[in-house]
Amino acid sequence: MGLLSPTASITRYMVKGKLEKPILESIYNELIKNSIKEIDNHPAEQIVGWTSFENPYLPDFEGSSFVIGSHLIFALRVDKKNIPTKVIKKHYNQEMSKRLKETGLEYLSRNEKKEIKDYVTNQLCLRIPATPNIYDIVWSYEEGTLWFFSNLKSANEELETLFKKSFKLSLIRIFPFTSADLMSDISDVDRDGLTKSSPTVFTV
Amino acid sequence: MLDISISYNRYKFLGHEFLTWLWYIIENDIELINSLQQDPVSLVIGNRIVLENKVHDAVESITIKGNDAGLEEGILSLKKGAVVTEINLSYKTGSQEWSFNIKGESLNISSLKTPETGPIEKKQDIEGVVIEKIFLFEKITKLIDSLYKEFIKKRVSNDWSKNIVPAIKKWISLNK
Repeated sequence: MGLLSPTASITRYMVKGKLEKPILESIYNELIKNSIKEIDNHPAEQIVGWTSFENPYLPDFEGSSFVIGSHLIFALRVDKKNIPTKVIKKHYNQEMSKRLKETGLEYLSRNEKKEIKDYVTNQLCLRIPATPNIYDIVWSYEEGTLWFFSNLKSANEELETLFKKSFKLSLIRIFPFTSADLMSDISDVDRDGLTKSSPTVFTV
Repeated sequence: MLDISISYNRYKFLGHEFLTWLWYIIENDIELINSLQQDPVSLVIGNRIVLENKVHDAVESITIKGNDAGLEEGILSLKKGAVVTEINLSYKTGSQEWSFNIKGESLNISSLKTPETGPIEKKQDIEGVVIEKIFLFEKITKLIDSLYKEFIKKRVSNDWSKNIVPAIKKWISLNK
């Protein structure tokens, strides 16, 4: 459901603040610094990072490739290992039986059970490849606007966190209140009136 | 400014009122929509509308969908006190057509379908198609912004309670 997909979902943001000049260099440096890293054959369950729009599986930001027209175009990639609960349960039970047999104990403590669960999850994470999810971004730096091509709450939260960490700029989501407050050219008196307003009743 | 999550939840009713007002405007005052656009446009309700009615503490949700679905059930829900929470719109200007869903509480756009862009046959085509696609998306974001701005202007004016709300009530009560 990205920028070039037949249908798109867009969450809109305003970007407050300015970057250090030269701007493109600042953006390039942060994209590189926070670009996605591979976690296959690694115990991590999830990783989030920037990737390039044209080749999201091999991030490449060289030669201002993230600039198209007056827009900055790149993507957020979230790689996650989805291990079915039943698979974890099976390996956890096998490991627990093994541990009980080895120690000759009848029960394991809560801490020991947690240790086994962490161990099993880590072992499975090493064997399961991460599933990549890619969400395109169109950032119009001069206009101070950003489009994120997903309405998923979790993906939007990952974007807001990584964007702040990378660029140290505020990302303000556009929704009824922020749009009225920041984009509607209303007077302070009217803004005050709006914040005190309550829902209209349309029934007779 | 208020905390984001507080303002999101506290003022989502503005988004629902916006969509309810928009339905009224589409049916009764298309000139207003045209006056906000550079070129003559057509904006009609598409194949989906979701309404919500709060009855005491419970929320009743009504979804009407389908290309030939009538909106009578929606009007009936409005009569019972519901507001529009999500709507599918079809927008036309010249020979070009867009369709999209807009959600009241977030103003998020989904299922946005734009007119066709040029094909991508080689790597060099991507840049042109991306710029074209952004231009086409912008048509919708600008449309929503201009409509929402107009709604807010009316919502904070005396005209809202004096004339607009009574007119919407009349439209709801006379509609079958």
